[in-house]
Amino acid sequence: MNLLEENTVTEDGQFVINIGPQHPSTHGVLHLKAWLDGETIQKLQPHLGYIHRSIEKMSERLSYRNFIYATSRMDYLSAHINNQACALAVEKGLQIQAPPRAQAIRVLLAELTRLSSHQLWWGCTGLDLGAVTPFFYAFREREAIMDIMEETCGARLTQNFCVPGGVMYDVHPNFVSRVRDIIKQVREKFKEYDEILTGNVIFENRTKGVGYISAEDVISYGVTGPAARGSGVSCDVRKWFPYDGYEQLDFNEILADGGDCYARYMVRMEEMKQSANIIEQLIDNLPEGDFQAKSKTLLKLPKGEFYQRVETARGELGVYIVSEGGATPYRIKYRSPNFSNLSALEEMTIGSKIGDLMAIMSTLDLVIPDIDR
Amino acid sequence: MTAEELKSAILEQFPGITIGEGGEFPELLVAPDQFKPLMSKLRFDKTYVFDFLSCLTCVDWKTHLTMVYHLVSRKHRMTIVVKCQLADVAQPETDTVSDIWKTANFHEREVYDLFGVRFNGHPDLRRILLDENWEGYPLRKNYKDENMIEL
Amino acid sequence: MERTIFLTISFSSIAASVHQWLSNAIHADIGVKVIELVIVGVCLLLFLVPLCFFLGYMERKVAAFMQMRLGPNRVGPKGSLQIVADTVKLLMKEGLTPAASDRFLFNMAPMIVVVASMLVMAPIAFAKDFQIWDISIGVLYVSSISSLAVIGILMAGWSSYNKYSLLGAMRSGAQIVSYELSVGLSLISIVILAGSLRMSDIVMSQQDGWWIFKGHIPAIISFVIFLIASTAEINRAPFDLAEAEQELTAGFHTEYSGMKFAMFLLAEYINLFVVSAIAATLFLGGWMPFHIGHWQTFNQVMDLIPSSIWFMGKTFFIIFIIMQFRWTFPRLRIDQLLTLEWKYLLPISMLNTLLVTCMAIFGWHF
Repeated sequence: MNLLEENTVTEDGQFVINIGPQHPSTHGVLHLKAWLDGETIQKLQPHLGYIHRSIEKMSERLSYRNFIYATSRMDYLSAHINNQACALAVEKGLQIQAPPRAQAIRVLLAELTRLSSHQLWWGCTGLDLGAVTPFFYAFREREAIMDIMEETCGARLTQNFCVPGGVMYDVHPNFVSRVRDIIKQVREKFKEYDEILTGNVIFENRTKGVGYISAEDVISYGVTGPAARGSGVSCDVRKWFPYDGYEQLDFNEILADGGDCYARYMVRMEEMKQSANIIEQLIDNLPEGDFQAKSKTLLKLPKGEFYQRVETARGELGVYIVSEGGATPYRIKYRSPNFSNLSALEEMTIGSKIGDLMAIMSTLDLVIPDIDR
Repeated sequence: MTAEELKSAILEQFPGITIGEGGEFPELLVAPDQFKPLMSKLRFDKTYVFDFLSCLTCVDWKTHLTMVYHLVSRKHRMTIVVKCQLADVAQPETDTVSDIWKTANFHEREVYDLFGVRFNGHPDLRRILLDENWEGYPLRKNYKDENMIEL
Repeated sequence: MERTIFLTISFSSIAASVHQWLSNAIHADIGVKVIELVIVGVCLLLFLVPLCFFLGYMERKVAAFMQMRLGPNRVGPKGSLQIVADTVKLLMKEGLTPAASDRFLFNMAPMIVVVASMLVMAPIAFAKDFQIWDISIGVLYVSSISSLAVIGILMAGWSSYNKYSLLGAMRSGAQIVSYELSVGLSLISIVILAGSLRMSDIVMSQQDGWWIFKGHIPAIISFVIFLIASTAEINRAPFDLAEAEQELTAGFHTEYSGMKFAMFLLAEYINLFVVSAIAATLFLGGWMPFHIGHWQTFNQVMDLIPSSIWFMGKTFFIIFIIMQFRWTFPRLRIDQLLTLEWKYLLPISMLNTLLVTCMAIFGWHF
């Protein structure tokens, strides 16, 4: 990196500054190079790769049971959903289906993960914009959810609970009652979240009209998840290409048509409520039965290609497995949602100020390890 | 529009394409010279409107490289796979689709970074995940590095 | 009207007896003055440093209770020595000066900021008859000396030879210069009502009730504007863009470490105290107890509480309000901050000044 003065001021007087890779607001190690004219951003270039761990290449040497565990580290806030995607892809290849109880457990944990991910996002949005208090309120509920995960799955963040064919073990006996309690608590706290941040005039001024992206650009840039739904583009994989029993559940896909930061924010707040709805529907009607379909210890997928997509908290994750019939995959590709979301960042930010860049990045909700894989 | 109608419509307009069978989605295998016209057609023709490029990747088969594109048409709720085989393993190159789908900009940079495929017409083809001075293309099967340990 | 204050030992009587003793011991007037200056300086420092420790501790505890945590509770009884530990740490750090920086300005900047904030303590009345300097233009003095801090901030940003510091310093300079107008106009409304710029006159005019009650609506508007504008003046949240961590590292004091950084923090807390003290003096009566008109018995009961306790109570009440702002609101962007001042606060302040003038002329206040 060239630190000479000649490279920091261009001919037409633009100021080049580096934001990151170590920065409190970039949610990971992301290096953004911004060309500024005063306070206005004229050009933005992201530099990636600070946390590239070559998960795709590593997976070529891991067995079909093992490669799932590396994916928890990709988008670590939706770790369970990543694992679910890989397990479903392998099940597609083996042509087995998880029993209903296993599907219900996977969906329950996925929605709990989505809820806790959105809570962390909410706390960090407040933090990025300067309000420190929401961070602590968000973590209060998140801690309770993490404790539930720890009791059932054995880990707080990287659960690794899904296996091809179902889940690893049955749920803990306390699971149902603890989940009921947390949902009751969370529903009361939604009002508190709205009071402290959503209705605040300063917050509205900093997010309304900021970071606009049109619906056509959203589809062209491949943006998915709540970032896309904030521009009115319907793309929820749980509705479009349902999996694991989502077609039988009653929930709404939340769309907003502002296209700006405030719309994306409201989409995520409503999605938290929808996740709570789904959890309530399932927790009272957990089907009985096996928690895992029978499969061999050493899995071998037939020759072919298998593509599975799921809806993580940030968008559409696609797992593409190319198999040559052996015990390890020939090629695995992860279509990560944050990679495409990041490509739209420059479009949203041109012409805004640096303070807006923080607001945009926080409502875009990027998790950098998912970009770099 | 069903998969069958799509296949027959495509075969009419682009007779050189082979349709793969047996996969979950309809598969179109296209030669490199017909690749860009086919992609434009799939995106901009009012009957198909495959406006969402879901996944863009490459698979190294040692004798050739295959570019794999997963396209989704939101109008018809259909997913298809377009494949293009690149015969030149040493210096593979193909046309860019970043002018058709803007998401391809980053994805093609990633494929260039990890596989070495050059995209003609790409506005800014440089490495994205690895360092600028990295040599070699790691996801290729013949990639060797002094840090790798052979089992 | 005579007021009997039952407590015979008060700050003013101590000061008077010290002055008496010095005059008897040293017969030269100038000698007495010089020694008194030194005593005052030392007392001020002895007051300010524990004050800043206390304010730092208060800030952290208030923040913690608002965020459902405990705050410091290990170092010292209930964590009270935490700030002392932090200060010792800061003093022991290596004070780095960037090689390309302008040495003289770099070293001067924190001193200017601290001196400017300390100078404003002069006209503040801590208790009855207990002021360092009861200058006849007290309010004007406060308003003008507090503006000197901008010079220090701009110096800090410029001399650091760092893009981020420069951006932070320029934002801060624009912010402070803009908000001085609203602060000045709200101070003027009380000056109009009280009829004098002298601090002791203003406090004595609140004998029959504090201006915030006597001046009813216009005074309340002035008070609110003063609170908002002075939070912006002292670079505190939600107006702390200049030092916002989440935006551009630490703004104008990015390059400072060790003792110089401690001086910036010291200045921030002193400013907080001074601004609250001014608000307490002008709007809430300073050291004047809570009197209601001519209710003799009630007023005499209120007089039992010493005046210094009244003053400190009011000041800390306002400090508490300003601290609550920080942990509740998100931060404003720089252009929103300046829009708030120029398009909203300033016109409202000007209209309010007109209202207060009418009120004073026609006698519509209590």
